[in-house]
Amino acid sequence: MTVTTTPTSPAAPQITPELASPSAGALSRGLFSALPYAVLFLFTVPILLLYGWLAFSSFFTRMEGLRPAGPFTLENWRFLWAPETVEQLNNKPPIIPLTINTLVFSLATAAVVLLISSMAGYALSRLYFPGRRMFLGSVLLLHSFPSVTLLIATFMVLRQLGLYDQLLGVILVKAAFELPLGIWIMKGFFDTIPWELEMAALVDGAGRITTWWRIVMPLVRPGLLALGLLAFVSGWNEFLLPFVFMPSGSQATLSILMQALLGEGRFVDYGLVTAVGLYYVLPVLLLFLFAQDQLMKIYGGGVKG
Amino acid sequence: MGPALILVMAFFVAPVILTLGMSFTDMATTTGLANWHWSGTENYERMVRGSFTLLILGNTLFYVAVALTFNILMGLGVALLSVHVEPRTGSFFRAIWLLPRISPSVVYVLMWTWAAAAPPYGVINQLVAPFGVEGRYWINSDPWLMVLLVNGFVGASFGMLVFTSAIRSIPEELFRAAWVDGANAWQIVRRITLPLLRWPILFVLTYQTMSLFSSYEYILLLTNGGPGLYRTEVWSLWAFHTALNSYFGNLEFGYGAALAAVLVVMGLLVSFILLRLFRFNDLVSEPRIEIT
Repeated sequence: MTVTTTPTSPAAPQITPELASPSAGALSRGLFSALPYAVLFLFTVPILLLYGWLAFSSFFTRMEGLRPAGPFTLENWRFLWAPETVEQLNNKPPIIPLTINTLVFSLATAAVVLLISSMAGYALSRLYFPGRRMFLGSVLLLHSFPSVTLLIATFMVLRQLGLYDQLLGVILVKAAFELPLGIWIMKGFFDTIPWELEMAALVDGAGRITTWWRIVMPLVRPGLLALGLLAFVSGWNEFLLPFVFMPSGSQATLSILMQALLGEGRFVDYGLVTAVGLYYVLPVLLLFLFAQDQLMKIYGGGVKG
Repeated sequence: MGPALILVMAFFVAPVILTLGMSFTDMATTTGLANWHWSGTENYERMVRGSFTLLILGNTLFYVAVALTFNILMGLGVALLSVHVEPRTGSFFRAIWLLPRISPSVVYVLMWTWAAAAPPYGVINQLVAPFGVEGRYWINSDPWLMVLLVNGFVGASFGMLVFTSAIRSIPEELFRAAWVDGANAWQIVRRITLPLLRWPILFVLTYQTMSLFSSYEYILLLTNGGPGLYRTEVWSLWAFHTALNSYFGNLEFGYGAALAAVLVVMGLLVSFILLRLFRFNDLVSEPRIEIT
């Protein structure tokens, strides 16, 4: 490959606003070879194997590694239509209420995070008030601050508030943990909205709140969508908080069930546990499949590369 | 603003103060939540005297160092490769790499646990068998390897995302100029891309150092600090075990808080470095409208 193969014509450079990889295009044409593909594939093999195995294993009576050692079956999924016949689930809360709990938990978390961080993000982006700098600084600090170190003290706070062992308490803690990231992301999105629009609305006599709700919020819809998805997925997946703060399990989530199965049934019923696992992870995978771009956007708004 | 302040106060500020406060008490299940006493620096002295402190500290440093190296190198590798291949293929691979991050930790660990299972079950055993490696239950025989793999394949995607968007924001002219000047792929990466990625790399480095120091969810689920006594126990997991999930039944809130406080202090230090490095002032520049 020599200089003469220079691929792009000078008339072609188009710089897209979202940085949609113009450099990648030019480079790939120049550097094209099979090697990067092979290396990339090799790196990725473990992940492909893990997920492939999960999917396969839930449809066979027995798997030996990647080799099905039994016939194809839907038996593993009978926890959905005949949960009473699944011995391992007998002493556990039924799967449908668990799913609803998980859904409530993640939706509520997302709602709280969206509402609070869009208000706070807007205020931080637009208003001057005493302590603004300090608040922004501490939020950034909290964002990079590993909240799990605080679990012991959070436990005490929840007990004091009477929210220990309740779904509501866990929702609040989860939302609070997600908040610093949310506030920064929303501030980032608000910062990109030209303020002339609001200025016009304000001059025309709209109040702050009206301007925020009617003019600015619609403009950051992509940000809200992305943040909402992120908070939802994060809530859906959460394990540690319900595990620690709801020990009685009356309002347990799917992650608690999975952990129980993982702990007791390591080598008992592969098929069943993988089926439950797939059932649990499937909504997230589907969301990801359809909203990948939105989820990726969060990094454009939140983390400055 | 109001609600944000309340939640942040209740679940960040108060816990930080509480953690520090509790670390000077003897609060535990045995004393109950009412009958505790101030115990001065007893918890910290106990930490220094403790026979496992050094082992766990060593574990922690080892874990953070190796996982960090893996995360950065792998993240960088995947980002560079996926940007340099055909765009659709590239984003497909990046999506695959995000899967571990967006999957519930319990399911992700479940997959690894069974991949590591003893013969005839484990996938890992099947894969390494042709190379003459004897089949085994990897979590018991090589717990650190598994802990690092499990964390690494989650952690690398963070760097991958940050690096990908950073590489894409490099003006194309730079690549084209180098290309015209006859640079080869490696030279372009080495002389143009990597130097321009200095800040993102530093960012990911700092950020992940903090999250690795404090993260224990995957270790908790995978080995729970074992096998045996504290084989893969890291500092944050130790604090968790001491205060919230003890083998011995007595939950020592005070001692656990002292252990967490050490992590808190470490976290604060790294945060301040982070703030300094990232020119905090640029990020909080005054707003443009100032009508109240």
